[in-house]
Amino acid sequence: MGTTDSSIVDSARARPGLLFVALLGGLLLVDLAAKLAGVGLGPIGGSLSVDRLGSNLWSGIVIGLVIGLAGIGLSMTYSILSFANFAHGDLVSVGAFSGWGVAFLIAGFGDIPARALLTVRDAGNAAPGDIGAHILTTPGGILVGLLAAFVVTALLAVALDRAFYKPMRDRDGISLLIASIGAALIVRYLLQFVYGSDRRGITASVEASNIAFAPLGLSVNAHELTILVAALGLMLAMHGMLQHTKLGTAMRAMADNKDLALITGIPAERVVTATWIIGGGLAGASGYLYVLLRGTIQFDFGWLLLLLIFAAVILGGIGSVYGAIAGGLVIGVVFTTSTIWIPSDFNQAAAFGVMILMLLLRPEGLFGGVTTT
Amino acid sequence: MSSDAPDRSDAADGDAAADPGDATDPGDLGAAEAVAATDGAEDEPEANDSAVEEAAKHVPSGSPSGTPPLRVEGLVKRFGGVTAVDGASFEVESGSLTGLIGPNGAGKSTTFNCITGVHEPTAGKVYFEGEDVTGLKPYQIARKGMVRTFQIARELGEMTVLENLMLAPQGQLGESAIRAVTPGLRGAVVEEETELRERAWETLEFFEIDHLAHEHAGNLSGGQRKLLEMARALMTDPEMVLLDEPLAGVNPTLEEKLLDRIHDLRADGYTFLLVEHDMDIIMENCERVIVMHQGSVLAEGTGDEIRNDERVIEAYLGEDL
Amino acid sequence: MSDADASGGSASGPPANGPQAPESATAALVEAARESDLGLVVGTLLVIYAAATLLTFSDGLNSVVGLLETLTFLGLVYALTALALNLQWGYTGLFNIGVAGFMAVGVYTMGMVVRSPDPAFGPPGLGLPLPVGIVAGMGMAALLGAVAALPALRLKADYLAIVTLGLSEIIRLSLQSSTFDNFLRDTIGAGTGGGRGMGMPDNPVRDLFLVDGQAGTPTALGDLVFGVFGNDGLGISHPILIGWGYIAVLAAFLVAFYLILERLGRSPFGRTMKAIREDELVANSLGKDVNLVKIKVFVIGCALMGLAGILWFGSQGNVSPTPQFRPLLTFYVFIAVIIGGSGSNTGSVLGGIVFAAALFEGPRRVGGVVRGLIDAETPPSFADALVSLDPVTFLAYATDNIAPLQFVFLGIVLVFIIHRRPEGILGDRIETAAAVDLSERPNGGESDE
Repeated sequence: MGTTDSSIVDSARARPGLLFVALLGGLLLVDLAAKLAGVGLGPIGGSLSVDRLGSNLWSGIVIGLVIGLAGIGLSMTYSILSFANFAHGDLVSVGAFSGWGVAFLIAGFGDIPARALLTVRDAGNAAPGDIGAHILTTPGGILVGLLAAFVVTALLAVALDRAFYKPMRDRDGISLLIASIGAALIVRYLLQFVYGSDRRGITASVEASNIAFAPLGLSVNAHELTILVAALGLMLAMHGMLQHTKLGTAMRAMADNKDLALITGIPAERVVTATWIIGGGLAGASGYLYVLLRGTIQFDFGWLLLLLIFAAVILGGIGSVYGAIAGGLVIGVVFTTSTIWIPSDFNQAAAFGVMILMLLLRPEGLFGGVTTT
Repeated sequence: MSSDAPDRSDAADGDAAADPGDATDPGDLGAAEAVAATDGAEDEPEANDSAVEEAAKHVPSGSPSGTPPLRVEGLVKRFGGVTAVDGASFEVESGSLTGLIGPNGAGKSTTFNCITGVHEPTAGKVYFEGEDVTGLKPYQIARKGMVRTFQIARELGEMTVLENLMLAPQGQLGESAIRAVTPGLRGAVVEEETELRERAWETLEFFEIDHLAHEHAGNLSGGQRKLLEMARALMTDPEMVLLDEPLAGVNPTLEEKLLDRIHDLRADGYTFLLVEHDMDIIMENCERVIVMHQGSVLAEGTGDEIRNDERVIEAYLGEDL
Repeated sequence: MSDADASGGSASGPPANGPQAPESATAALVEAARESDLGLVVGTLLVIYAAATLLTFSDGLNSVVGLLETLTFLGLVYALTALALNLQWGYTGLFNIGVAGFMAVGVYTMGMVVRSPDPAFGPPGLGLPLPVGIVAGMGMAALLGAVAALPALRLKADYLAIVTLGLSEIIRLSLQSSTFDNFLRDTIGAGTGGGRGMGMPDNPVRDLFLVDGQAGTPTALGDLVFGVFGNDGLGISHPILIGWGYIAVLAAFLVAFYLILERLGRSPFGRTMKAIREDELVANSLGKDVNLVKIKVFVIGCALMGLAGILWFGSQGNVSPTPQFRPLLTFYVFIAVIIGGSGSNTGSVLGGIVFAAALFEGPRRVGGVVRGLIDAETPPSFADALVSLDPVTFLAYATDNIAPLQFVFLGIVLVFIIHRRPEGILGDRIETAAAVDLSERPNGGESDE
């Protein structure tokens, strides 16, 4: 990380494409400034309220935290097991369904049949407003749900590893990638089979749960704050684990240089299991939080989110946990602020475009991750 | 399959060794003839003729003007903060078998990679037959007539040995997708392929691996892969061949065979640059030896000169020269 | 048995005979497989037809012929697309998972070029003839393939996978976007129709049977065919008969695809592709311009994907970006290639046919038939089915919700193949990469016997 600045300059010199992108970015910033000032200079400028920019940035950060949280696991499995796990998005969905099932059960226990609660409104109705699926009305249930999301997804991730990936540890990355596509199909459509295919509302809206930060023109609701706190908490716990425990050291060593790590006697299988537990658990937690943010759930939402998570991981540099978080924030902000310049039905495409540009111009990621081409 | 192979190699090897006069005869793939003889092809004079003709066609032209085929000047290669090659300069004479030695980490492999275009040198120049080839892509350098083998044999595992060989020749008509597909144009491709197939068989015979022609290259033993690599390199019709530790991991019988082949080919006018870890092999086989140490050239000369060079002895202190 | 001779040292005694026996056996097997390629494909189709007939014969001839038509259509279009993907992935090792995007570009370009400038419904087009549209569609897909090849030049396979997936999603989201639609209408005068999609131009095959494609006004050919097989003859409905007419066209394209790709594979170009798949650096060091070959492969493969998209979705009346061109479509094609064994053209054709019948269309038909046999009410949800504790009720729920189970099954098949049979149904990559028969040895060797 110490050489970040010089390496960025170096690669700018070596690759004119990067310089071009930097110029384009600069132009966008100038344009943004002009828009905020309400100045129109030919094609650039225009008008944009500080409020809108602020709220765009804020929601970008919140989405970015959730994506970054999911990205940590993807990045870890990528660097330690050397394959792009296409089932990661569906782990995100599993976390959401299992976690919210538990949260519903706690919130609505006794009043509504358990099967309607556990299946998150598939088997019979349980109106979120009635059972109080909101952080202010049932904070305990929501938090236990988060825990359940983590645990269930971690268990599933380990089970998938045992069943699908462990028998093929010695195979190449593409074979594992294809196996993960198979695993993704299995998990996603079992979710559909069990929970049904319709999109449905999950969280209740509670009056007066919005807190306004007048000077910034921001209106922050309680769920966004919950996500902020939970995501940051999980990330800090992750940081502590990586830096201050034996397991964390072993993980970093494996990610850095697998062969060397194996020679020095690191118990590879235990590290792999731990990777799945932590990576899967964080994916589940992020899915749970994503539903808290969006308020709705659908069986394939994690899969649809997967490419954005990949974008975050690639942006941060594959193999880097901190890079995944930073990449998530960048992708989140690109996702929400790109609407200032381009039509809103292109914001997802913009995030993918940033990812492709990144892979082409600086495949080692913004911060120079472990794995490079 | 591969377990049977050594038997056959033994027999063939004895034969080739028993006929040294033939093997050093310039302009003639003597050993190929010897092999053909063991295959009972003496009733087939035509086959022999065409083998000789084919071989004659592909003998390198050499460089009459006397320019050394390979000249390296002040080559530098840095990886991040590490300097792997630090100002190496040397020449390889036309038609010679030159050895490049040096202790581990002396920068031999990196030098090789810089010469053949795998790495772009940080500084310095590489000239091939008087032409500056610094920074060209590997395929461009190969097309100019300088081809290499790899330290760890890189066979194309899911292609047969014959396909491996037929891949190598330069500028094949059928490398154009249009020619390969279009009805009227494919005839010429098929014709050329028939010729290539014949040349490939002859090269296989020369290296005595023709019995493996239909084997997937991935099923070959380590030594056979080294033979295959060299055969494939020759199929490109090069002027100069760079061999990166061609004898590493090869059993003594095959080793002798490989060295015989190298000597035969050198006698035919090919130029060889050989990186080898085993000092004895270099000393016994190369007329010129280049010693690298810490990224630059420490000494250059004949085997005897090198053996008695104070600096070399110092660099190799503790090793038996 | 030229191969026995080809391995050469028959004169050098017993030690050389050991290796010969298995070699010639392999060669014989290869030979047999090659000779019966067509037999294999036809045989597979017949087995599928038999199974389909068994499933629907009680519903009458019309249903049987209709199901066969559906299965054949799907088999052929999957085979076409699998062939195109096999060129990129199977032969050259380029892991392109943006197939859906290239197909979408092909069919959308065709639609925009051919649609009338002043249509009754949907976006305007340029009003050019159909062949121009097809060439334009292939050209556009090829152009995009060239762009997608750029990352392929420098990225590892798994990165390339993510980039191509991203690209195909960008394509889908662009086609979905009404802003993009309006932009195109303003600039080139032809639109995409955004999320609602667009109607496809009339299928010329339909015009062969019906004057101006109007039902009720058959042409001479239509009269003949309908008279024998149609309502006045065997009682098969006219759309199904026209469908079979289109299948003949698809089959002709499939044969053409196959021949082109076989020729491409069996050539020095094919050898270079294989070499790139096996080891790029070796190909490069042997004087092959790896980057140029990769770009060519991407361009050719994507053009074929574009054509496959046109032949497939162009015949379906209406196209829309979602859900037709979701990444799931790409995975279907991948599964077809994997089933057949990547690297084999015949395998890709077989894989496409088997996938369409056994994994794509089969399960839902079987599920439907089984549901028909069960006399139980379908519970409203999985949880209700579960708590009923009645296996029959559960089966009723499962067969009524066969779609997700079918995908689960697909996933299991995929994992199973990767675990147990990574080489696919047809076995190893046995296809020779040379324009001549390599088992044949020139002069010397053969005259030994």
